Amino acid sequence: MTRIPILQMGDCLLVTIQADLQDRAAVSLQDDLASKIESTGARSVLIDISALEIVDSFIGRILAGISGIARVLDTATVVVGMQPAVAITLVELGLSLHGLRTALNVERGMRLLRLAAEERALDPDA
Amino acid sequence: MTPTPDALALRVENDIVACRQEVRRLAITLRFSLVDQTRLITAASELARNTLVYGGGGEMRWSVVRREARTGLQLDFEDQGPGIPDVALAMTDGWTSGGGMGLGLSGSKRLMHDFAIRSVVGEGTCVTITRWA
Repeated sequence: MTRIPILQMGDCLLVTIQADLQDRAAVSLQDDLASKIESTGARSVLIDISALEIVDSFIGRILAGISGIARVLDTATVVVGMQPAVAITLVELGLSLHGLRTALNVERGMRLLRLAAEERALDPDA
Repeated sequence: MTPTPDALALRVENDIVACRQEVRRLAITLRFSLVDQTRLITAASELARNTLVYGGGGEMRWSVVRREARTGLQLDFEDQGPGIPDVALAMTDGWTSGGGMGLGLSGSKRLMHDFAIRSVVGEGTCVTITRWA
């Protein structure tokens, strides 16, 4: 099994998921990201899924899981680049992906994460 | 024209990826639209995982079917596993006997034109799906 690489850019972790994602690789990514957030103190995670030809309920559950785990570790997650055909199929399948933030592309995703960081900086309770 | 069936074993986890690749190849050959290709691959991925996780492995068979002027891709997912005691319950959104989200069967049905399931407790389960181009 090939592990999915996690890149660090400043306080952001970047993940690009390749096509033909194996179930085990997805589960490992969830674990690896949690460790990496802890070891680097990253404040945000950006996951690019533009190469993914499908998101089925398993992959959807992993993506929502990553977002949930990151949130508990005080880290914002955004999933970017979903193909239109994948979005249509996902909705028809009935996957809600509750709590998962998405953006059209990397640029918009980075902006979303920046806004989240600014809001956190302005919040005296954070 | 008589159907032309072929098969792919679903024994290990990597077979799910192989199954998706095969269905994509078939869907492209049959000139399905990109959204229809995605629907077929997604449904196949869900059902292949069910075959593996709940059925203990089995196989996917495919055939190109014709009805009047239309061409369709029919996929059968068959296992010799424990079977499903209550098929109606298993078809309910959100119901799962394992750790999944309970969308495999109900979700696949929504993505396809035709959906049939036969299950006998102690003998196994066969799910047949068809999408018409």
